[in-house]
Order: sequence, then C-alpha cells, then structure tokens
Amino acid sequence: MVKFKSSADLTQKRREILAQREGKRYIAINASGTCGLSSGSDKVSRAFSAEIEKQGLSGRVEVRATGCLGFCENSPVVIIFPEEICYVKVKPEDVPEVIAETIIGGKLVERLLYRGEGGKRIAREGDIPFYKHQSRIVFGNNRSIDPRSIDDYIAQGGYAALGKALLEMSPEGVLETVKKANLRGRGGGGFPAGVKWETTRNAPGKKKYVIVNADEGDPGAYMDRSLLEGNPHSVIEGLIIGAYAIGSHEGYVYVRQEYPLAVENLSIALNQARRYGLLGRNILGSGFSFDVTIHRGAGAFVSGESSALMNAIEGRVGEPRPKYIRTAVSGVRERPSNLNNVETWANVPLIIDRGADWFSGIGTKGSKGTKIFSLVGKVNNTGLVEVPMGMTLRQIIFDIGGGIKQGRKFKAVQTGGPSGGVLPEGLLDLPVDFDQLAAAGSMMGSGGMIVMDEDSCMVDVARYFLDFLSGESCGKCVPCREGIRQMLRILNRICEGKGKEGDIDLLEELSAVVRDSSLCALGQTAPNPVLSTIKYFRDEYEAHIQKKRCPAGACKSLISYYILPEKCQACQICARECSVGAISGGKNLVHVIDQDKCTKCGTCIEVCPAKFDAVVKLSGEPVPPAPPPGTEVTRSKGKKR
Amino acid sequence: MSNRPRTTEKIIDKHHADKSELIQILLEVQEENRWLPGDALHRVSRKLGVPLSQVYHIATFYKAFSLIPQGRNSVSVCLGTACHVRGAPRLMDKVTDVLGIRPGETSTDRKFTLSTVNCLGCCAMGPVLVVNGEYYSNPSAKEIKQAVTACK
Repeated sequence: MVKFKSSADLTQKRREILAQREGKRYIAINASGTCGLSSGSDKVSRAFSAEIEKQGLSGRVEVRATGCLGFCENSPVVIIFPEEICYVKVKPEDVPEVIAETIIGGKLVERLLYRGEGGKRIAREGDIPFYKHQSRIVFGNNRSIDPRSIDDYIAQGGYAALGKALLEMSPEGVLETVKKANLRGRGGGGFPAGVKWETTRNAPGKKKYVIVNADEGDPGAYMDRSLLEGNPHSVIEGLIIGAYAIGSHEGYVYVRQEYPLAVENLSIALNQARRYGLLGRNILGSGFSFDVTIHRGAGAFVSGESSALMNAIEGRVGEPRPKYIRTAVSGVRERPSNLNNVETWANVPLIIDRGADWFSGIGTKGSKGTKIFSLVGKVNNTGLVEVPMGMTLRQIIFDIGGGIKQGRKFKAVQTGGPSGGVLPEGLLDLPVDFDQLAAAGSMMGSGGMIVMDEDSCMVDVARYFLDFLSGESCGKCVPCREGIRQMLRILNRICEGKGKEGDIDLLEELSAVVRDSSLCALGQTAPNPVLSTIKYFRDEYEAHIQKKRCPAGACKSLISYYILPEKCQACQICARECSVGAISGGKNLVHVIDQDKCTKCGTCIEVCPAKFDAVVKLSGEPVPPAPPPGTEVTRSKGKKR
Repeated sequence: MSNRPRTTEKIIDKHHADKSELIQILLEVQEENRWLPGDALHRVSRKLGVPLSQVYHIATFYKAFSLIPQGRNSVSVCLGTACHVRGAPRLMDKVTDVLGIRPGETSTDRKFTLSTVNCLGCCAMGPVLVVNGEYYSNPSAKEIKQAVTACK
C-alpha cells in the first residue's frame, strides 16, 4: 500500500479500483454483520465463494461480505449487482441454483424472491416496499461495501469529502457548513453538532479531543453498531473532518465491549486508513495530523452520558459529573472534548461532499436530514430503516414495516429507549422529528422504535424500563438512585395486583422529583416511560389497580390459564409439555390445570393444537371450578380416538 | 483455578502499565480467565500504582466483570425491549426451569452460568437465547433442553 500524498493520489487510486472492477458483477451478502451471522449468512457467503470458484467465474463475479442490509427479518439477504436482484432467506443449498440460474442463465429463482402483498414476487431490491419508502443516504452504502476493504469505500467515493475539507476548505469553512446544514446530534438530545464543535474550537487550551460515542446502550436500538460494523470508514472520515474543523489531533472511539465485531471491523479500518496515510501525520499532504484510539466500554448504560464516558476514557469509573462546565469545554483530562454519536459523524462526509443546502433540503423545519430507526417488536418487517425526518409513524410502521404481525391490532410504539415514551394509535400521524416527539412526551433518542400490539401491557412496559434503569443508575445522586427504586416498587406492586388507590398520583409526584433533581439525563428522563403510559393508557393502570385485571394478559400475577372442558380433546400434549407437572388428566379425560402448581409459563396455550384451541388466559375473573375428576371429553365433530 | 499470573503480567505490559488503561487491562484479564481473580486485581493495583479500592470500584461497577469464576458454558437470554415484548420473560422462565439456576448464577458443578443481556441487536429473531455464541430464535422448552444437553 502506498501512502496518499495528495487528493490527486486518492482520485487516482479510485480510478484504478473502478477500472479493475469494470464489467464485474458482485454479490452482496450480509455476512459481516452480527444479525446476519446469527442467521447463518457466513455459511451462505462461503457457499457462494466455493461455487463461483467451481464454475470458473472468479474473474467475473465477486462475493462481498457486507454489513447489515437492514432487512433483518429476511436475513440472510443476498443482492446481485448490477441488476440489484434481491433474494431473501437464502440457504447454502440454494447457492448452486442461484449461480446456475441467475448468474449464468440470467433468470430469476422465483422461490427466493421476496413475497409482497397478495404473494406477488418482487425481484428488485428497490421495489420491495420495505426499501421503496426509505431514503438510505447514510446507511445505503452498506450494501456496496465489505467493511474490511477500504478499497470498497474509496470506490464509492469515500474520503473524497476529507480531501475536499482538508485541501479546499478552511476549518472555519467546514464548521460553517455543518452549522448551516443544521445537523443535530443523533444520539438522543438533538443538540446542533456545529454549535457544539464551535464551543470546543473556541474553548481555551491547545490540546482538544474529538470522540465517537458508540456506547449504544438503548435496548432495542442497533443502528450505530450496524454502521460501525458495516461502514466504519464513513464514521472515521466524519471524525477526521470534525477534528480538522475543531483543531483536534487526537480522537477516541468509545465502543461497547458487547459489540466485538464492531471493535474488530473498526480496528481493521483504522489500520487501513493509517496505511493509506488517511490517518497519521500530514494527511493527504495538507499538513493536518490526526489519529484515533479505540476505548472499549465495560458494560454500563450510564457510561454513554458524555461526562461519564470521558471519565471512563481516563480509566476511571464511568459516572457522570455535574455539568456546570460542559464537556465541550472541559472533558477528557479537563481538556475541551467534542463528543458526537456514530450516526452524527457518519453524516458529516455527506454534508461536506454535497453541501449544506442539499442536506437542509431534506427533513423538517427544525430537523434536517434523515434518521435511522430500528423498527422492532411486533412488526412484520423488523429491521433498520432510514427515512427523512418528518415521515409519519404510520408510514414507517405500516408502509415500510408492513404492519403488525399476524394481522393483530396496533396498540402503541415506544421511541427513544428508556428515556423515551410510549405513543398510542391516536398519534400515528405524528411526523417524526426531534421536536414533535418531544412535544408528544417521548423523544428521538438514538432511534429505537418498538412496536407493540394488544398483547403488550403498558404498565408492564413502564415497569420494564424502570427495572432496566434501576439496574443501570450509577447511584451517585439520590433522586435517581432512590426515586427510580421507589417508582419501580410501586409499578411492581401494580403488576402483581397489589396496587393501591393513589399509586398513580404517587408515581406522578415521584416522577417530577426525579426529573427535576437528578444529576444526569439518565435520571432526568427516567420518568418518561411512566408518564407517557399514564398519559395515554391511564385506563390500563386503573384496571390493574381497581379490578386486578391486566387487559393485555401480560402480567403473570394477574392471569390464570384454564382448559375449557368442552373443548379439551385429551390429546395430552399440554400435560406432557408442562415443565412443572401441573396438568392432570389421562386418556379421554378432560385435562385440568392445578392452579397452585402452575407457574404461568404459557407453554400449554402454545402447544394446544390450534384446531382444539382449548386453553384460555383469564384475567380479572375467577378461574371456573374444575370438572369432577374422571370427566370424559366431549369429542368434536363426532370423531373417536 | 488458573490465575495465569504471567498472562496478567503480559497484559499490563502491553498497555505500558498506563493508569488510564485500567479498564482495558481488566477487560483483557476478564477475557483471559472468564473472571477477575483476586491476585490479578492485586497485581494490577501494584503495577499501575492505583489503589486496590479503585480497582475494586471498577471491577464491581461494570457488568463485564465478574469476581466469581464463571461456568464453562455461557447461557444468556436477551432482555432487550423487542425481546421483552415478544415474550423474553417467558423464555427466561423456561431456561431457569431447565438449568435449575437463576440469572446471574453459576451451577455448583461450574458447568453453566446463566446471564441476561440488555440487547443483542438481533431483534428480528427475538426472543433470543444464546448458548456459547450460538443463537436460538424463540426456542421451545424442547429445543432449550437439546441445546443445553449438547454442552460439555
């Protein structure tokens, strides 16, 4: 590898790569991403490589192990370029057919195509509704890049923005562009990145730091991981540009140790960038020097908070401190430190490359550009979706997400992770941006979007988040440590059917204290899941407290399983599967659940054959008395066993 | 119990006994031993010149660290939000029934450690069980038993 000494060297390299690849096809498989790997895409990738070799196609067809392609529900996903034919749920044994039919024969393998509405097969990736309604400006390059190949990134025009910034623009010019684009932080708060950069730039001190926050702790959000795993150079390029604008020569990437693949791909990417001279001294002959260190987090949600994260980088416990002085002015080793999240940094090269006006042309008045959401839960098309700011929840969940699983009814969507809130059906037409979500009592957060149907209990969801937060509260300040604990106790009580009159008022009162007096954002936003569920689903809280009933049938203490004597066909499956032996009844005898032994694991309702449908879940009503022992079943449709 | 003093020594040297690398060093010691043995903590404290209380503070603050030996096989259940709404609590009940230990516990024969994770980011597969790095999407009681009996 030769070091680039100017941006002409970079352009030359890009030309060489493109010339080399001219006329070549490539097959993209999501085999460099965690979720792809967990569904076996690495095996598919290896099968493709072997088959290509076997058929003597090596010179013409290339296999590219890409990061996440977003369409997790259908993983392993295979996209064949240049036609962009998309095959879903591909297995290694399908590979010879794909090579023979599609690559050699130019025909489609119908059975591997995605099935759209009414079972219609869709061939092109871009025509699949899941992709059609997205604008994948940040995330879209994942499909063309093997994250372990810097050449793939350069072929896509990578590092051209860096060349432009370093050689054609002044640091002030870069800063002005980012400010004008009005790029807001994608990690949660939505603070304007350019303003933050300026604060660090103007802060006194020679040594300054720029940091990537990849401590993606929100359960149910994984876009940062997918970007770092799938397109690490885009984050690195953004970071170098930011460092140049701010006047920093040292950077950190703080990444969770729970993301080993992201750490690995990032390390490889950093080394490649160093070898090409894109990191280190005198980058692209500009005179600007910069390098990056990876710091692994050790598993603490609160360490994603800026001051806590900076403590952790210094090797201390990752607890927050009061921020009378912002970390942008006094952060790591009390030096000015600018922290932005992964997705924010990945937007920077695009803004420099295409300009502030292009960027601010996308989105809403106050929120520009796109946002990546992880659309998960009870939705048909689980995956990562990137949409322009301002798209409505309905469009995201129904047009892209394909609606609710098994045709059930939408109940609510939770956004913003543990700091966010739950939004009901009535708000489905809310345009999603920073300000609208906040006004509705939730927040953007890092972009988790958890869809819930009528089986999800809203009190239980609030309890779930507080349980999470009480475990993650660092304990430094009393309102957060004790407040969350007491709120959790009340919620546990309600879910166990021991709720009392006045519990809702008490929750609201405690919420106000925790919100107003906690040290950091973890505590300040902790009441959001509780307050938003009380606001939109108060009746569910009341049903739990007054009627000891869980309308969703989710709270274990408030439900019972019961076998309908008239429907039971004595097939004995439930009795066999019950792990605690709570079901009695032999051949031809109506099965009965011993309510004292039952652990309410729900196995019986799962295994009861759908044609019998004999097990029911009861809540808020007494379990009917069991039929006398020895009662024989009533055979349905006169069938005798 | 192998405390591998030399490995700890090597890890410390690799990081030039730099105080600000304390968390990184402990992470590597943990990976090496699957827990943080007491004498390794003493060694780190001495070599880095960091009070043992501070080393202990870090070792108990972060979830990645364990001060007790872990089982040979790691079983974890994802309790992320998406898995939660898709029935992770019920999956956890089934797993605890099969293993006979609760989350955070190690079986007396040190065969299994059962843990929880807050999100693995493979939400489409939820609820997810991971046995020694192998992912299982919404496994039935039978599949859990099979996965567990395959462990040595």
